[in-house]
Amino acid sequence: MSERSDLRYGGFTTLFYKEVLRFWKVASQTVAAPVLTALLYLLIFSHVLEGHVQVHGVAYTAFLIPGLVMMSVLQNAFSNSSSSLIQSKVTGNIVFVLLPPISYMEFFAAYVAASVVRGLVVGTGVLFATFWFAPLTFVEPIWILVFAVMGGAILGSLGVIAGIWADKFDQLAAFQNFLIMPLTFLSGVFYSINSLPPFWQKLSHWNPVFYMIDGFRHGFFGISDASPWLSLAVVGGCLVLLATFTLNLLKRGYKLRN
Amino acid sequence: MSPAIRIEQVSKRFGSTRALDNVDLEIEQGEFFGLLGPNGAGKTTLISALAGLVRVDTGNLSVMGYDVQSDYRAARRHLGVVPQELVFDPFFSVRESLKIQSGYFGIGDNDDWIDEILENLGLASRAGANMRMLSGGMKRRVLVAQALVHRPPVIVLDEPTAGVDVELRQTLWQFIKRLNEAGHTIVLTTHYLEEAENLCNRIAMLKDGRVVALDTTKQLLRRFSAHALRLRTGGVMPKELTSEATESGGWWSIPFNSFDEIEPLLVKIRTAGCEIDSLEIGKPDLEEVFIRVMQGAHHE
Repeated sequence: MSERSDLRYGGFTTLFYKEVLRFWKVASQTVAAPVLTALLYLLIFSHVLEGHVQVHGVAYTAFLIPGLVMMSVLQNAFSNSSSSLIQSKVTGNIVFVLLPPISYMEFFAAYVAASVVRGLVVGTGVLFATFWFAPLTFVEPIWILVFAVMGGAILGSLGVIAGIWADKFDQLAAFQNFLIMPLTFLSGVFYSINSLPPFWQKLSHWNPVFYMIDGFRHGFFGISDASPWLSLAVVGGCLVLLATFTLNLLKRGYKLRN
Repeated sequence: MSPAIRIEQVSKRFGSTRALDNVDLEIEQGEFFGLLGPNGAGKTTLISALAGLVRVDTGNLSVMGYDVQSDYRAARRHLGVVPQELVFDPFFSVRESLKIQSGYFGIGDNDDWIDEILENLGLASRAGANMRMLSGGMKRRVLVAQALVHRPPVIVLDEPTAGVDVELRQTLWQFIKRLNEAGHTIVLTTHYLEEAENLCNRIAMLKDGRVVALDTTKQLLRRFSAHALRLRTGGVMPKELTSEATESGGWWSIPFNSFDEIEPLLVKIRTAGCEIDSLEIGKPDLEEVFIRVMQGAHHE
């Protein structure tokens, strides 16, 4: 019996399509809700601080918007891969992905790419919902795109690790609440790290999410706490390290093929 | 021609539990093969190893000549597995699930075959329904359909009729029999021994991770089971018969090899003054074979 094949289809393409379709089918929960959350942050913080604070000569609300956009990109990229994997593992339907001839590279690429797409969709939504509140500039858009994609890919990879590692939803919640949330909230989304005491400034430089947000914000205003090239090097290095680690887990079949 | 499935010296441990112990098995192309055993015997582990869901400690497994580890892409393209658990993806409809599963195997334009599967499994009217809206039996049918979307030459069904109604069983077996007649190799695990007896040409029985019996269904029935005179008596069974007769629930069962033996048996019973209340002739069945093989394996 002959197998009809079509080069347009394959493990990566289909898994990527399935992952995007999965979050799109529940867009009110996966897209609209985080956009609303970011909008509420903006309304509250800008109400309190606008007129009192300027950062690098930029009005506070304008400074805050890129930070909120990037935070949404990162958090949603993490949520996409991690929640999809844990749901599939707990319900058992992960077998549908493990039985076909999908390589570990395709598996990784599809989950991470879909996470990046969700991050970008939510980030774009946040940008559209918030840019009415302050005049924004797009000085170097290439940095915006580069850091959004790379940041999304890093958090997407972390989501794959968390989704594979966690056996229960509460383990995944712990990963999210005790690692992802502190890293994103303490990364300069709401402030410039130059305004922090020296100790916290130094500590912030060990947080890779700071470089993602700082580099991303540089694309809007052309001003940042660190050089965008340094941020690119740190973010790129983190991506390579995390991707290598995740691929190794998948290649060994850690918690998936045992 | 390479065998449909070759399992060589396969062992697997989960902690201190030995799930598979030096399993050797070869299943030829076109066979309808039964893999039987009590719970925990290692059937699902063996199937999982074959499907690449579990990595074995030692040994080799291949599907249609393709090693499941070193040549996993080819091996998985030739294998369709219906998992034991009733799993589904709640985000998608039946047709979406089947199209996505086709895509995983690199098949884009698969609508004709999907329609045929849906029709044959009685799912055509529910093709657009979300998986969450289906009954357990319907979900089981979709699992079978998902295993068949890439037209695998080897199909493994891990307890496909567990907890499903008679109608689905009949629909499913008719379809699977047609696939077997068309040349597909079928491997079936089931606790319904009557199904295995009716469908499988050859059977392997597993216990504690080891193959304890492997033969054609006919040979197994001949070796381990026989016709039996089953009777309920009002008196005491003659002494000369009690050595070969077994009693269960008030019924005595006396095995015989030839129908010519029936009359002398009845004469002995009548001569002993034993009154017969009920009488029937029992056929050899796989359940008896199963019990005897498992008891034999236990005493080893």
